[in-house]
Amino acid sequence: MFSRKLIDESGIRADGRRLDELRPIKLEIGVLSNADGSAYIEQGKSKVIAAVYGPRELHPKHLSLPDRAMLRCRYHMAPFSVEQRKSPAPSRREMELSKVVREALEPSIFLEYYPRTSIDVFIEVLEADGGTRCAGITAASLALADAGIPTRDLVSACAAGKVEGLFVLDLTDAEDKASEADVPLAIMPNLGSITLLQMDGMLTLDEFQSIVELAVKGCKQIHSIQREALKAKYVAVKEVVEE
Amino acid sequence: MPTFFERRELVVPGDLLAEGDYVAGDNAYKDGDRVYAARVGLVEYEERVVHVVALSAFYVPRVGDVVIGKVVDVGMMGWIVDVNAPYLAVLRASDVLERPFRPSKDDLTAIYDVGDMIIARVVAYDRTSDPLLAVDKPGMGKITRGQIVEITPTKIPRVIGRKGSMINVIKRETGCNITLGQNGLILVSGPSLERERLAVMAILKIEKESHVSGLTDRVTEMLQKEVGERKSNV
Repeated sequence: MFSRKLIDESGIRADGRRLDELRPIKLEIGVLSNADGSAYIEQGKSKVIAAVYGPRELHPKHLSLPDRAMLRCRYHMAPFSVEQRKSPAPSRREMELSKVVREALEPSIFLEYYPRTSIDVFIEVLEADGGTRCAGITAASLALADAGIPTRDLVSACAAGKVEGLFVLDLTDAEDKASEADVPLAIMPNLGSITLLQMDGMLTLDEFQSIVELAVKGCKQIHSIQREALKAKYVAVKEVVEE
Repeated sequence: MPTFFERRELVVPGDLLAEGDYVAGDNAYKDGDRVYAARVGLVEYEERVVHVVALSAFYVPRVGDVVIGKVVDVGMMGWIVDVNAPYLAVLRASDVLERPFRPSKDDLTAIYDVGDMIIARVVAYDRTSDPLLAVDKPGMGKITRGQIVEITPTKIPRVIGRKGSMINVIKRETGCNITLGQNGLILVSGPSLERERLAVMAILKIEKESHVSGLTDRVTEMLQKEVGERKSNV
């Protein structure tokens, strides 16, 4: 059925990972000087940058909400982020992802603190190798914290899926394309609530439950990396000073 | 009723700070009987109040604050001022002129034009309407000379120091006049460009190292060293 095996007999994947292992993640905070907050994430070969502006005056003004801030999100893939050049115009897929990313971040923010304003989140995919919507949410949540916007919790996102009959965590592009199903998931780990849950493919109820559990485990690992990254910005200064 | 962090420990949004009979202060919120952090900052436990001194935040106007702003628009009845907040502030011409204001005769651009920096006071603000400014105290109005530095607004108390210890050190060592805007903008004007640069350097050092203790001593040391070097060069 499969032309190339993605998982070998001992349960090791094409890139050398175990089934329940994340790709190596690198996070950096405050990478853009002109944004109010920003973050950069490298998750395996996927590279995503997120920028946050606001809360600021919303234009056109008639769109502003009288009781809370408006959260606006743009998920965009750079033309050079994929093998075949992608048109820079927002595609149907990007528009959908902008919406689900917005809905994944919305519950974490105290929008009601700043009525009539807008908070703008820009997620730019620089290199895509699967899991970019999750990487985008992970980075955007950090960018919001970097911008000083009050949030209930960080949002951590990760996908899990079923590849060649086995449950795997954090799918690459190749694994995603060959998968029977994949489930991107975003959670607020301290509050234990899910903010994004999608599924592409077919699973039985039992399979679905195990995969969600696996994705939650991945999100929790990402959450601890997020915390360290946020702290690193300030801890580094402290270490230099105290030398 | 446990608390989960040391005093002045670095926390990030979502960190569980305390559980039980506590009250959530600034940059913290309560869900059930648990208090969580809402911003990156240093946690403080004072009696039953748990709050976070934010390391990254933006300015939200408060009545009585002295702010430094930039005129972004001149309208019929007054000016629109950017005070580095989520909302643009309004300065009414009738509040600025000493005499009755006649829209047909008075030229507002002759008083403040677009791009001018002004020192003003917030006289009215709530979240339903934009902040209203006034320039009714001595020293307020258009800024004609000096340099403006921008820092995180929550670090202004750090620039002042305990009973003004920090700001007095900077003023003494550099001989500069320093006006603090509560919105994070600081006006530095001094006898020479060199001296102003020194004061700016000190302020930026405070901004960067605000969360590390012993800051006043380090700033004093740095300023005395720099001032000494400059004297020996002459």
